[in-house]
Amino acid sequence: MSNIANIFDNNKVANSGETSKESISGEFTTLNLGPTHPATHGIFQNVLKMDGERIHSAEQTVGYIHRAFEKLAEHRPYTQITPITDRLNYCSSPINNIGWHLTVEKLLQVEIPKRVDYMRIIVMELARIADHIICNSVIGVDTGAMTGFLYIFQQREKIYDMYEELCGARLTTNVGRIGGFERDFSPAFHTKLQAFIKDFPAALTEFTNLLERNRIFMDRVIGAGPISGERALAYGFTGPNLRAAGVDYDVRVMNPYCSYNDFDFTIPIGTQGDTYDRFMVRQQEMWESLKLIKNAYENLPTGDYHADLPDFYLPAKDEVYNNMEALIYHFKIVMGETKIPAGEVYNSVEGGNGELGYYLISDGGRTPYRLHFRRPCFIYYQAYPEMIKGSLLSDAILTMSSMNVIAGELDA
Amino acid sequence: MTSIDNDYLLDILQEKLGADLYHSEITYGILSIEINRHKNIELLTFLRDHKELQMSFMTDLCGAHFPDHKNKELVVIYHLHSLVNNIRLRIKCFMPETEQVIDSAVEVFPAANWMERETFDFFGIKFKGHPNLIRILNMENMTYHPLRKEYPLEDASREDKKDKFFGR
Repeated sequence: MSNIANIFDNNKVANSGETSKESISGEFTTLNLGPTHPATHGIFQNVLKMDGERIHSAEQTVGYIHRAFEKLAEHRPYTQITPITDRLNYCSSPINNIGWHLTVEKLLQVEIPKRVDYMRIIVMELARIADHIICNSVIGVDTGAMTGFLYIFQQREKIYDMYEELCGARLTTNVGRIGGFERDFSPAFHTKLQAFIKDFPAALTEFTNLLERNRIFMDRVIGAGPISGERALAYGFTGPNLRAAGVDYDVRVMNPYCSYNDFDFTIPIGTQGDTYDRFMVRQQEMWESLKLIKNAYENLPTGDYHADLPDFYLPAKDEVYNNMEALIYHFKIVMGETKIPAGEVYNSVEGGNGELGYYLISDGGRTPYRLHFRRPCFIYYQAYPEMIKGSLLSDAILTMSSMNVIAGELDA
Repeated sequence: MTSIDNDYLLDILQEKLGADLYHSEITYGILSIEINRHKNIELLTFLRDHKELQMSFMTDLCGAHFPDHKNKELVVIYHLHSLVNNIRLRIKCFMPETEQVIDSAVEVFPAANWMERETFDFFGIKFKGHPNLIRILNMENMTYHPLRKEYPLEDASREDKKDKFFGR
């Protein structure tokens, strides 16, 4: 965190600089947006230097909820790192969990059954829909359109019910295990998923009708906070924000994991990289995600819901009580005494807001030697001052909510 | 779309770097090279502007600390990605603890700005030429760099936690 006092000192110097002709008083006003401002949806501080209504420059302060995940991860066995990943982008925790499992599986080079891949696609795409629902409906709220938010949030609730059915938790899911899932989809999950596949199109259409071609909404968001494709790439944008700027980079297509290459889906892209494009890309992605869920569910292979990975995957409880070997494995996993190959892995998944990467250095010990999370919003949030320079304060709020910056991921 | 594989990429790098390329290996599909850290900016610029490679995307930049590697204790690791050719490259620049300075890549990749600040914050590696090298996630009055291996998991500056109460 930078020292706030310094920012104000700097401001004095800048106050002597040129202001625009529109400026009434002829000097800049410092406006503290955040850290706990209701419109920032999280703990972000922006010290804005305002020239009348327009933003002259912004200085961000991040780190308010830094929880030292990378240091924590160096002291935990591999299985215990999954709950840490929940708390990165907590709007789509299952993607983070599964991304971490995939990283360890890559290090161990295990064969994963097709059924697990398809189950993972279903869960990850549900998470993507939940993530996009939050982001897009909140863009609506920030423009003053509360209705869409209230309606579409019922669908997010249904997704959270499905998480609950799958793993017992709703927000910080800790879903799945290294090697697969802890249990198969339950009958109740099947019922809920079928109902969701049936009901979601109508709900999303309703939301679409409320906002997508709404003249007031369009006038409000078109042209707010634009960024060009070149700048977006230079700033390391990924995910919907990069695609809204016209670059069709999606990890699911570029480096397919979890058998994403078995499915046919399109990558929506925008042209201007403004708030409307970001909104529209997410809208289209929800349709694509639904298509993926439907396809994966219809073609869900039979078989085991976890890989044969006794060193990491906890044996069934009745096995533990009746089988010596299973008891030993259970003990070894719980105590974190399983053998891990030494090596370096970089693995990434397409998270809700971009390329979520895990860079793992293993020295063969019980914990990672070093684990670095490539958090997409930490990297693209640095472009925020450039995107809002010269715009109105209300556009800055919209730009921020359309960038889908999640405090937990930003500060790790 | 030309197909560029790791071997071809390594040939280009060998030709470019010569003796400054210390080591190379392929781990889990990604070519990983170790280079003279004084050549980092030259190499990053070369890779970004290379007509064929077009490694124009900096995926990640992070540090790591290996206290047991004599004179190679600290490392800055770059991950580059060529979106055109879909190939990744990992570049490592090792440095001794006594001289923990490396040139900043902000001029080449603006994305490096915060990632370098983060690396400075957690490892104390100084990036020469960085426009605003201050701590980013930790408090500014912190006196240590917490991801270095000599610092314990618990806050070293805490005085309210006495070891004897915790059986240590």
